[in-house]
Amino acid sequence: MTIKYDNVYVEGTSTVAGIMESEGPISKYFDKTYDDYYMGEKSFEQGEIKMICDSVNILLKKCNLAKEDIDLFISGDLINQITPSSYAANKLQINYLGVYGACSTSVLSIAVASSFLQNKNINRCICNVSANNSAAERQYRNPTEYGTPKPDTSTFTATGSASILLSNNKSNLKIESVTIGKVMDYGVKDVYNMGAAMAPSASYTINKHLKDLKRSIDYYDLVLTGDLGKYGKEILKDLLYEEHKIKLKNYEDCGCLLYDLNKQDVKAGASGPTSSALVTYSYIFDEMKKGKYKRILLVATGALMSPVMMNQKLTIPSISHAVSVEVL
Amino acid sequence: MTNKEYSNLVKKHTPKVNHIKSMSLAFFVGGFIGLAGQFLIDFYVKILNVSISNASTYMIVTLIFISSLFTALGFFDKIIEKVRCGIIIPITGFAHAMTSAALEYRKEGFVLGLGSNIFKLTGSVILYGVISAYIFGLIRLFVIGA
Repeated sequence: MTIKYDNVYVEGTSTVAGIMESEGPISKYFDKTYDDYYMGEKSFEQGEIKMICDSVNILLKKCNLAKEDIDLFISGDLINQITPSSYAANKLQINYLGVYGACSTSVLSIAVASSFLQNKNINRCICNVSANNSAAERQYRNPTEYGTPKPDTSTFTATGSASILLSNNKSNLKIESVTIGKVMDYGVKDVYNMGAAMAPSASYTINKHLKDLKRSIDYYDLVLTGDLGKYGKEILKDLLYEEHKIKLKNYEDCGCLLYDLNKQDVKAGASGPTSSALVTYSYIFDEMKKGKYKRILLVATGALMSPVMMNQKLTIPSISHAVSVEVL
Repeated sequence: MTNKEYSNLVKKHTPKVNHIKSMSLAFFVGGFIGLAGQFLIDFYVKILNVSISNASTYMIVTLIFISSLFTALGFFDKIIEKVRCGIIIPITGFAHAMTSAALEYRKEGFVLGLGSNIFKLTGSVILYGVISAYIFGLIRLFVIGA
């Protein structure tokens, strides 16, 4: 399903990131970085709430706006019952919608906001995603201090929070269209190979987007996936060609851009809803404003699993949503 | 594409794990810990004049103390990342699993947090350790006699 928009614009973005991200190649694009996983709070989860609030407050400051100017706050994260988002919404006191799409949450929130904006139900909306590596690690895997050897295909949940302010007021970045994906499952069970689990849904969404809008892949200066990682990236290239005869050329994966994969010990790359958002809202949008890219397609990939389902030996379903952003 | 075809595609793009290398690393690191344990026993027996059976208990306590301390200081997980199973299989791994769970759940309080989660990772080791002790005890009883 693809929806086109003609009056949804990016008014501003803000990104705050953790320690590993601050040591990565795009750290200079972040508005704020922290030097541990607590962010000066008592626990990892409370640190995540702090990051969301910081990110929203920085965004408001950058855009010279007050909380009262924002009609809606859409936010999501990885923790059970998306509590960091909800607790931050309580602190921020802006009308709130909590959304969950695992690592696809970034584009999911843009899709929801854009439809409200297109219908002129609201004028300004902040979409936020967040994750804290240590909070996610203890929920999905083991206690944070517990060491286990992980395979090379495993990915590293990116710490940070990224906000994007969408509005009806014209700016130089336009949300052109959004494609909502389908849940796909090709039978992958390996939680340490999320790239393989998510590539099928990315392949479906990219093809659907191009078909719906009758475009060729060359229409975009850059196609970005959220967090397929080093190996998932190669799987997607092969899969897209075999299934739909689409050759990905100008293609990158945000999970591979956030860290220096040769120097930093993150295995196959970044993951989490923050992977796509931290890279796109800071570095990619900056390059777009500089004129390097005119049209990009961001495909946020999400693995819809939980430790309970994995212990019951079920496979990993995944979903991908795509958003097309253009420079005016 | 069928699931089978897809799994072949995934396999093509998955790096191969060198099992021989991992196993020999585990063998040598595990062996080194065994050697260190023997040195500790000799130290307790010869220098501190402790009986051999007490000395092995002291050796275990020492190894548990060291790995718990390193876990609390935050770098034991980094050692594991490098030397892998060689350090997880001995008693050091057990101590590490308990300490890391204790550290993690302390924030949720002493009873509902630390107390109910400290055996989160090691519970299975204890349960199946006790069960297999019974089974082997029975086998010993019937085969060799009491």
